[in-house]
Amino acid sequence: MTAAAFDETRRVLEPGVSETSVTDHVSDLVLERKTPAWWWIGFGLSLSLLLLFVVSLAWLFIRGVGIWGVGWPVAWGFAIGNYVWWVGMASGGTIISALFFLTRSEWRSATNRIAESMTVFCVACAGIMPVIHLGRWWYSYWLFPYPNTMGTWPQFRSPLHWDFVAILVYVIASVLFWYIGLIPDMATLRDRAVRRWQRVLYGILALGWQGSSLHWREYRSAYLVLAGLMAPLVISVHSIVGLDFAGGLVPGWHETQFPPYFVFGAVLSGFAVVLMLVIPLRRALDLDGVITPRHLDVLARLMLTTSLLIGYSYGLEIFMPFYRGEHAEITVVLSYLTGHYAPWYWAKIVLNAVIPQLLWFRAARLNQPVLFTIAAGVVVGMWIERYVIVVASLHRNHSESSWAVFTPTFWDWATLAGSAGLFLTGFFLLLRFIPMVSMFEMRELVRKKKREGGR
Amino acid sequence: MSDAPRPYGLVAEFDRPEPMLAALQRLRAAGFRRIEVYSPEQVEGVDEILERRPSRTPLVVFAAGVVGAAGGFFLQWYGSVIGYPLNIGGRPLNSWPAFGTTTIELAILCMVLAGTAALLRACRMPLLYHPIFDAPGIERASRDRFLVCIEAGDPRFDPDRLRRLLHVHDPVRLSEVPA
Repeated sequence: MTAAAFDETRRVLEPGVSETSVTDHVSDLVLERKTPAWWWIGFGLSLSLLLLFVVSLAWLFIRGVGIWGVGWPVAWGFAIGNYVWWVGMASGGTIISALFFLTRSEWRSATNRIAESMTVFCVACAGIMPVIHLGRWWYSYWLFPYPNTMGTWPQFRSPLHWDFVAILVYVIASVLFWYIGLIPDMATLRDRAVRRWQRVLYGILALGWQGSSLHWREYRSAYLVLAGLMAPLVISVHSIVGLDFAGGLVPGWHETQFPPYFVFGAVLSGFAVVLMLVIPLRRALDLDGVITPRHLDVLARLMLTTSLLIGYSYGLEIFMPFYRGEHAEITVVLSYLTGHYAPWYWAKIVLNAVIPQLLWFRAARLNQPVLFTIAAGVVVGMWIERYVIVVASLHRNHSESSWAVFTPTFWDWATLAGSAGLFLTGFFLLLRFIPMVSMFEMRELVRKKKREGGR
Repeated sequence: MSDAPRPYGLVAEFDRPEPMLAALQRLRAAGFRRIEVYSPEQVEGVDEILERRPSRTPLVVFAAGVVGAAGGFFLQWYGSVIGYPLNIGGRPLNSWPAFGTTTIELAILCMVLAGTAALLRACRMPLLYHPIFDAPGIERASRDRFLVCIEAGDPRFDPDRLRRLLHVHDPVRLSEVPA
């Protein structure tokens, strides 16, 4: 390995990047740049998928959940699988923006805005799913504990209610964390904008940020506290998602390892999505100066780490039923390995635990097409994992008389594709209207590097 | 010029943090109190020179966490014991272990909301207009310049003396901020 190649993965900034240049470049992307053709194409495709989502939901609301493949015993189908998948990807974004803020990782500054923006829309997709899977979604407000004329209260002992509270808190906290992280950048846009509508829009969004030392002091303090809250919150949210399953008696769900197992999967898919966004955006927005091979290398290593963690959980998932000798659970595990859903099961093993092992090799970590493909495989693989957990466990329950197979319908797939449309539409809009790199954090990083001398 | 309106203050613009800090030290040594720095990012050392007290936000957030946890637990206890008691196999109504997760989540919710509110209140945001926005060059304080503003409310405020003081530190420009 040559010294130059080694150095390539050590730099968080390319030479020649200054505070002024990074601020100007990132803000010009929003303020001055003519909207490129790829944006219109991407936005158009996303919007058509969003339309599909709206149509799917409208049809669902007209006809009811019977349009999906769910029935008995598989009462939880795509909607719950999608929900766990989306909220998992959101978790990865929060881990990058909160946990690695607390560890003072230098590589976080250039990627956290992308990660947080992704989180906000993943959470939006996740929040919709459980609501639409309620057969009678117009009663969803019954989950709120409020004094009512019916004299009822929600069942606070139920993991499903814990989950409702967790998601509610996570949505609110993610949006606030994302917005507070944006305020100083909004002020930069306000001050640099030439067109009147931009000055008004960003002026309002900046809330009157002055950049005074008082503001910075309060800001730093509040942001640190919020990051310190977000990190445990994100872990707790996905643990509670795991408890949704582990709290039941369904063989294949009734596992003590579920909370950490779900967190591992969540973080894995989150890192994969961030990589899938960072790799093309680097090129499309000319961010090579601030998103360097180092960032890709770090994200790839994190993906490898979480892949190993999830691989361990997969092993445990097979081992525990035999260790306990539970007849029903052994049935389920054998059905995973050889039954109707075996192709799905083995696909998840290969995509999440086997293929990411390529990331042990430096060449794979620094090869962007390869990295992108592995990340895309992980995102698909994580969806398959959620699908297998939800459906394959339910289809072999304690009672042989009620065994059945779940077959997805067109509307199942349409809802899944449509939710991706919601995510992409939102993300494309943010891409156009907010800075995709945290400018003030980059300025701090550049100064810090200058003080340290060199890079 | 005695009938001229009193300005909001005098602002000195620097292109690097180091001379700005030096000027700040000098102003403090000369006894000026009502000084504020406007910068594109947080500058190490400013708070120490201005002798600012640390932010109270963490305390507010801690208090909110206590309130949120207590309130969250009470909500569940009331709902399960008083509001809608359900006898499930003779288990205790106040099944506190099962209330733990929701208590934590609600505590975090209160803390996040309180932290946001504390930040906005301490910064007096949203505040869409402030006299400093009329300072020449303030639009670059969010990009790459460092501004020191001495407010006219300072008892020692004297433009001529300030100009002499600050001139040593080689500011990019010195200008008055209209009130």
